[in-house]
Amino acid sequence: MDIFLQQIVNGLVLGSVYALVALGYTMVYGIMGLINFAHGEVVMIGALVSITVMQIFFAGAPGLSPVLLVLGALVVAIPVCMAIGYTIERVAYRPLRHAPRLAPLITAIGVSIVLQNLAMMIWGRGYISFPAIFPSGSYDIFGARITAVQIAIVVMAVVIMVALLTLVNKTKMGRAMRATAENPSVAGLMGVNINAVISFTFIIGSALAAIAGMMVSANYGIAHYFMGFMLGLKAFTAAVLGGIGNLKGAVLGGLLLGLIESLGAGYIGQLTGGFLGSHYQDVFAFFVLILVLIFKPSGLIGERVSERA
Amino acid sequence: MKLRHTGLLIISALVLAACGKGEAPAPKADAPKVTPVAAQAGVIKIGLAAPLTGPQAHIGQDIKNGTQLAIDDANAANIEIGGVKLKFELLAEDDEANPKTATVVAQKLADAKVAGVVGHFNSGASIPASRIYSDAGIPQISPSSTSPTYTNQGYKTTFRLVANDSQQGPAIGNYVVKKLGAKKIAIIDDRTAYGQGLADEVEKTIKAAGGEVVKREFTTDKATDFTAILTTLKGLKPDVIMFGGIDPQAGPMAKQMKSLGINAKFIGGDGWQTPNFIKLAGDAAEGGLASVPGLPKDQMPGGKDFLARFKAKYNVEVELFAPFGYDAVNVFIDAMKRAGSTDPVKFLPEVGKTKINGIIGPIAFDDKGDIKDGPITIFAVKGGKWEPLEIVGGPAK
Amino acid sequence: MNNFYNKIKSDKRSAWVAFALLGIMLAAAPYLAAATGGPSWVRIIDFALLYIMLALGLNIVVGFAGLLDLGYIAFYAVGAYLYALLASPHFNIHLPFWALLPIGAAVAGLFGVLLGAPTLRLRGDYLAIVTLGFGEIIRIFLNNLNAPVNITNGPQGVNGIDPISLGSMSLAKANSLAGIAVPSLHQYYYLFLALTLLIIFTTLRLQDSRIGRAWVAIREDEVAAKSMGINTRNVKLLAFAMGASFGGVAGGLFAGFQGFVSPESFGLMESVMVLCMVVLGGMGHIPGVILGGILLATLPELLRYIIVPIQQYFFGKVIVDPESVRMLIFGLALIVVMLYRPAGLWPSPTRKRELVEEA
Repeated sequence: MDIFLQQIVNGLVLGSVYALVALGYTMVYGIMGLINFAHGEVVMIGALVSITVMQIFFAGAPGLSPVLLVLGALVVAIPVCMAIGYTIERVAYRPLRHAPRLAPLITAIGVSIVLQNLAMMIWGRGYISFPAIFPSGSYDIFGARITAVQIAIVVMAVVIMVALLTLVNKTKMGRAMRATAENPSVAGLMGVNINAVISFTFIIGSALAAIAGMMVSANYGIAHYFMGFMLGLKAFTAAVLGGIGNLKGAVLGGLLLGLIESLGAGYIGQLTGGFLGSHYQDVFAFFVLILVLIFKPSGLIGERVSERA
Repeated sequence: MKLRHTGLLIISALVLAACGKGEAPAPKADAPKVTPVAAQAGVIKIGLAAPLTGPQAHIGQDIKNGTQLAIDDANAANIEIGGVKLKFELLAEDDEANPKTATVVAQKLADAKVAGVVGHFNSGASIPASRIYSDAGIPQISPSSTSPTYTNQGYKTTFRLVANDSQQGPAIGNYVVKKLGAKKIAIIDDRTAYGQGLADEVEKTIKAAGGEVVKREFTTDKATDFTAILTTLKGLKPDVIMFGGIDPQAGPMAKQMKSLGINAKFIGGDGWQTPNFIKLAGDAAEGGLASVPGLPKDQMPGGKDFLARFKAKYNVEVELFAPFGYDAVNVFIDAMKRAGSTDPVKFLPEVGKTKINGIIGPIAFDDKGDIKDGPITIFAVKGGKWEPLEIVGGPAK
Repeated sequence: MNNFYNKIKSDKRSAWVAFALLGIMLAAAPYLAAATGGPSWVRIIDFALLYIMLALGLNIVVGFAGLLDLGYIAFYAVGAYLYALLASPHFNIHLPFWALLPIGAAVAGLFGVLLGAPTLRLRGDYLAIVTLGFGEIIRIFLNNLNAPVNITNGPQGVNGIDPISLGSMSLAKANSLAGIAVPSLHQYYYLFLALTLLIIFTTLRLQDSRIGRAWVAIREDEVAAKSMGINTRNVKLLAFAMGASFGGVAGGLFAGFQGFVSPESFGLMESVMVLCMVVLGGMGHIPGVILGGILLATLPELLRYIIVPIQQYFFGKVIVDPESVRMLIFGLALIVVMLYRPAGLWPSPTRKRELVEEA
């Protein structure tokens, strides 16, 4: 039983990681209907910048409390990622807003390649380890173990989701965002500054990416210029699973994907009599995604947007 | 109209000219295609092919650094062969760890008439590329490809410095069962040619030695989260967990084992016997075990010196295969000296007869081009450093 | 340019001359490449031809029918593995090339239908992610089907694949034809060229056929197409099957050419590259797609040759590693081209604004 419970905990932590990144995808998609494929790379930049800042502080003042270190890192990483997100939108997406639909997809791939290689030139080709500032011990909850960082990740995913929901539903900016999502031209006629709204969306999404990047690298103790690719892919899958464009859907999809992966890897062998093993972990995730989309093409709690081709 | 005809004429002339050029290598087509290369003018090009971009770029760069160091050393030593003072040059190419790009790069190196090639890193790249080097008569020494297939193709030009899976696997398997006295062993691999190949051999040896493999688990070479498979293993309470893979996975894996409260010993191959593993695993690295072909580097003549000079020059620790890249260049130079020629046609037979002491240990090849079973050292992490624990003899095949 | 175009269209003689010139240039290309850049350029051109086949196949799905497919490389993998398994010591089966090519096309086409069928209701981004998933699933299966029964030999890949041979003439060796020696790489070039031309011809005919118009109708408005009496299900499945079978042919050629296949060759990045070729060249426009294929297949290789000399010319020394810069420039090129030619480098003249977002 404690093994099963542990698998649930594993799934929730992994799922929260996906959810943190998926929120960024879904924000942008919800407003613009655009897959920001470069989001994973912004997460990567966030992770590498925050590690660098921490290493500098860590070397300068070894006694600093972890909380201060984290805040210090975020104070630098968030603006850096915001600037990158803003630039990406200005340079690679805005000029293409009325271009054929696949054009921004290609520029997004181009931006990903550029960011990866820039990061490789700045931080080198090696894997970078996260400074050991957090207690490495883990808590025991009914036989399942969880570390402080993991608890923080789960909490952060929920907190950020609630904050974003408040932003979108309760503020003036949120109203403008919803109007833009509904119909940009009409929103523009109604006096909404669409460019400002979209820039704002990218900036918020990128700030999330910085936080996600730091949390992810803190959890796994590792960062690398190539880390954004797989993470982005999984998070995007999670966003689609939940219903892309829907904030609650991103978190739901993330958690579900995490659970599917860890329960799948844990039990697929027993379920199939040893025929399939944990090497089919990713197959399992994609398979569930395909099933969901075939029977409910808009994702689990997404609005019906599949007609928008 | 006139203009068009002139155009036609020019093009036909070009075609003819090109055909004329194409004819030159033709008569040799049926004989083993060996182009006399290596201009005797004094500049000797050594090729290097490894992934220099993408997720494995750090290992490729490491090999490149090691190779470059050997080239610099050779140039500083003012080597003369056949009365000509030689200057060595490294021609490094990025194969992107992609089999297709590997053949393009191999062709480019063959065209550039390199005297020998250090590479490739991945078995999946070394194997398709080896056909091109063999056709061109250029010796190829892979510092790191472990798939037995690589040297089993019947080419005379393929060599490797790393022990292949069927050499290293038994060493790990026997150590686990006989020395550690483990009864229940779990094996994880990363589904790459290296990880899976090594894990399969370890599993075979463990079963033959009377150990029980309680579970085979799998991950990928891009994963960072192993909690699901580790939790399954936790339920089976293995004495030892063996991981066939490399350090970006082994580091976080050790960490997650610790936080899940798994007390099994953690053992692997040369893929993660690196400083990076200790950096990535933090305090969870303590007690980790890994086998490495050859003798401990600081016991080798020039080994300590190599590590120090590497650090001084590149300001990074040796990642993994830099010493193999370094030795590969020296194998070439040694063979050239014995043959008295820098022409691959002449010195290729000498490569097979190599007998030198490299940074990685004594180097000699068997008739397939595999490194002869040498000693294999088991290392353990003690006090945040890899310390040699025990030297086990090369197993009889 | 347009003038020239019209002249070829109206004047039969000019057309023949133009064709003859093109034919001579294509025939001479490997010799010119070998003479100027060495055999490695012939190899690069060989691969470029394979990519053109892939791009033309994907163009049917993405360009004609408007179905965004991110897992296209799976069909290339199916073709390559089929060839590898049926012509290698792995199962000790050695089928001849002429049998393998249609089998590869047929099986890949079948896979196209199998993967296409469940996705018929999906469109746009959802279709993209599902096809991406299918592509990954196929790769993962190829990577893992070495146990419990060894089918694909897992991550180790299949080695020792028979080289392509036409009758008794093996393309792995140089042969002489009418007194002119034709090296192995050149022979592969001519074979690939012939099949590429065949695929170009097929796509051109398809484009102007009823099926081709049905595809375009679906791309423009599926509901309208359906109400006009087009059987959208069958027509879409046909697009998947045709596109996939081209991929299967290219895959088989790849396996015979390389002599070795392993799952590493069929990653997601390859799918993305082929998609980039189609979009960058000009979706739905065959000459554009060919241009995109040539450019993207050769640009990264070209950059290998020019980065160091350019730096030396401008700065007198090598400032940054060529390997680091190479992909950076490639990424920048993708962005810049799309910003200035969002419909592709060579878009179809009548359909410059295809697939415009309804907004």
